[in-house]
Amino acid sequence: MSEVNNDILSEVTQQDYKYGFVTDIETDTIPKGLSEDVVRLISEKKGEPEFMLEWRLKAFRHWQTMTMPKWAHLNIPEINYQDIIFYAAPKQNAKYASMDEVDPELLATFDKLGIPLGERKHLAGVAVDAVMDSISVKTTFRESLAELGIIFCSMSDAIKEHPDLVKKYLGSVVPYSDNFFATLNSAVFSDGSFCYIPKGVRCPMELSTYFRINAANTGQFERTLLIADEDAYVSYLEGCTAPMRDENQLHAAVVELVALSGASIKYSTVQNWYPGSKEGKGGIFNFVTKRGICKGANSKISWTQVETGSAVTWKYPSCILRGDNSSAEFYSVAVTNNYQQADTGTKMIHIGKNTRSRIVSKGISAGKSNNSYRGLVKISKNAENARNFSQCDSLLLGSKCGSHTYPYIEVENKTAKVEHEATTSKIGEDQIFYCNQRGISTEDAVGLIVNGYAREVLNQLPMEFAVEAQKLLQISLEGSVG
Amino acid sequence: MSETTNIYSSLYQQSIEKYGASDPGFISKLREDALNLLTKNGFPGKKDEQYKYSFLEPYFSNGYNRYLAPKPISFDVNHLFRCDVPALDTQVIILLNGFYFDKANPLKTLAGGIIVGSFKEAVKKHPDLVEKYLGKCANSTDSYVALNTALAHDGIFLYVPKGKLLEKPIQIINVLLSDEDLMVQHRNLFILEENSQAKVIVCDHTLSPVKFLTNSVNEIFVGENACFDYFKVQNEHNESVQVSHSFINQEKASNCRSTTITLHGGVVRNNLTVKLNGEGCENYAYGLFVSDENQKVDNALFIDHAKPNCHSSQLFKAILDDSSSGAFTGKILVERDAQKTLAYQRNSSILMTDNAKMNSKPQLEIYADDVKCSHGATVGQLDEEALFYLRSRGITESEARLMLMYAFAFEILNEIKIEPLKDRMSELIEKRLRGELSRCNNCEMHCS
Repeated sequence: MSEVNNDILSEVTQQDYKYGFVTDIETDTIPKGLSEDVVRLISEKKGEPEFMLEWRLKAFRHWQTMTMPKWAHLNIPEINYQDIIFYAAPKQNAKYASMDEVDPELLATFDKLGIPLGERKHLAGVAVDAVMDSISVKTTFRESLAELGIIFCSMSDAIKEHPDLVKKYLGSVVPYSDNFFATLNSAVFSDGSFCYIPKGVRCPMELSTYFRINAANTGQFERTLLIADEDAYVSYLEGCTAPMRDENQLHAAVVELVALSGASIKYSTVQNWYPGSKEGKGGIFNFVTKRGICKGANSKISWTQVETGSAVTWKYPSCILRGDNSSAEFYSVAVTNNYQQADTGTKMIHIGKNTRSRIVSKGISAGKSNNSYRGLVKISKNAENARNFSQCDSLLLGSKCGSHTYPYIEVENKTAKVEHEATTSKIGEDQIFYCNQRGISTEDAVGLIVNGYAREVLNQLPMEFAVEAQKLLQISLEGSVG
Repeated sequence: MSETTNIYSSLYQQSIEKYGASDPGFISKLREDALNLLTKNGFPGKKDEQYKYSFLEPYFSNGYNRYLAPKPISFDVNHLFRCDVPALDTQVIILLNGFYFDKANPLKTLAGGIIVGSFKEAVKKHPDLVEKYLGKCANSTDSYVALNTALAHDGIFLYVPKGKLLEKPIQIINVLLSDEDLMVQHRNLFILEENSQAKVIVCDHTLSPVKFLTNSVNEIFVGENACFDYFKVQNEHNESVQVSHSFINQEKASNCRSTTITLHGGVVRNNLTVKLNGEGCENYAYGLFVSDENQKVDNALFIDHAKPNCHSSQLFKAILDDSSSGAFTGKILVERDAQKTLAYQRNSSILMTDNAKMNSKPQLEIYADDVKCSHGATVGQLDEEALFYLRSRGITESEARLMLMYAFAFEILNEIKIEPLKDRMSELIEKRLRGELSRCNNCEMHCS
């Protein structure tokens, strides 16, 4: 059996990254390096109001006093921040009035990625904001959403058109001084998505952002801000890909979610940045700060993530449960192969009364990769009747990979009920045997088991993404039993 | 160099002047390296991951000047101390303030060549044996271990040769008695050769109402097929601070079981480091603490599965009352070669009040694929339904609570394999839960 497994394993490890193409498109870039002038230049290029520039500079000055965190179970080569281009945008003369004016090369790119960008994809029922190399290229369905009072646009538009909202909420969940990468992002972020759902509105379609790094030597720094006003509901998707390049590229994003009383936000990510070659060369460094706050009573935030790409992932989508009776969920599948490294997890900070949180994390590591879950559940003193359940499972495929679990549980209230459990195992020979016995080939059996293992999380994804994620999982791991 | 490390480097100089001449070369070398490590790293700060929930430096910055020259104390063991555990047939050894008490008879040789006695004496009489083992498994970079290595002068030495069995368990009683604040650092070295077997019971008692600071290190070597049972009861008063490190190194097919019960203590930090260094080892670690007032109890474990087919299991429980706070860190490392590892870990805590605090940090770090590892952690309160069930049967609320807490603690007590000790501990825990002082009735030391 082991021979068959080896074949399957090598097949899997040789699986190519299918989004690795480069689009030949003119880009507007600024010189390499980072300084106050660069920050000013970015702000100027984007025609931002004074308060944004001030904020950026404050962040930049703070960033200069910080050092890169070393606590994660990751082996990150030294990053030279002066060797990165902090701003790259597909060249555009004016805002597009209709789809016909968009660079056909750009459209072809998004077509290749299978993103329903054109209005013709009306039936797909997904509103898309596509971000390429830091700049939002096209936001679809803007008008029809506006009829309901929903604001869905690029961050730069929001800064210009809705400065009050931006001023009020930007940095309210992830302050500019939060951590090394979030501070860097605050200083140099170029674009991202902005979304505001007004009181009592249930967003009729899935909102989605598609991130694409294209230009070489650039870093991508986008910033997403999502606000759900009282009793609003929104489901938001995010997908990412990048070309295959030999050098590492940096991606440091910040996502902030604000849920007011009774609001509900569902945020799903399928992250498939270029993971680097089989020898561990190249790939994206994915250092992302994602945090949501359940600000009002009865609000809810749900994070779902499928992490299959990136050479290094450093990502902890978190929730602050401040409103009474608020609840939060975190569902994650993280897959690492070859030399990939992932240190991911969540933080659930219970402040309000009767708050509930649930964590389901499934890690799968293969090849020579390392996959860690790191999470914090904190029940503060006044969080009466808080409830948390965490489950972290790891699956090891192959004897050269590593899987780690670092949960932190801090409880300061006696009425809290906190449970954590974690298991680590490989696919049992008896499980494979059981399937074989019933005429299912080893390869199919592993696919079956891995999918069953991750089902709890995949079920949380919106339909379209669920299909994509399932395929991704199949590609990454099918049959790779150790 | 911080102020605290300064205190200790000058203390080290004094210590060398006073005792250095009698140290054999390898010990001087160990001490020097340890001091260099300490001055280089300093004491763990508030942000140190290993000591995240126990910031201990302030307790160490007190300046215990009389460490090297404590006042002589008259102490009559027969008058003061009678262990009241009936039918507990042990060999009692007393450590007074970290020094071997029975000066007349510092090193005993028992039947079968088993050696037990003062560590200081063992260094003189059996330097080869000590050199072979000392510092070999306490090789961590921990500053408190380094401090102990640099400054400890005495402790207990136990050597059980190949194939021998220690008939009676050894009971080590750490007596702290002083009329001024005192720092105590003792170093215990337990060596079990192939196919040997031993049981050790350790009890801590504080006899005077002054501040005590204990920083102890145990090194335990369990040879092939050897079997070691270690049991520790911590029962110190609320002004005392205790930092203890136990390092266990297990060879092929050995079996080791350790239980730590903390009845009382102001600030307690217990570190247990286990290295499963041969195939087919088994290691069981249990812990229980009951805390109230402002006590702080922190248990930190590190289990290193270095070889295949080993089994480890840890169960740590806590009941926290008043404003006490507790912490648990349990790290299981499964190395690349350690296939077929089975490792289980569980940490459960009950918070009795809103001011009590518990931090739990179980961790798994796994590099082998054919393993079964799991950990679980729960923090909660007594089950309302169970409470209701008992009350509906005419049991008062306080009694019902007590029954539930006792049942919670019993899971650990049940693992004590020495019957008389188990009975006694059960009784003490029950008393403790009733809020009575957990003193031994017959003992005049009133150790609580």
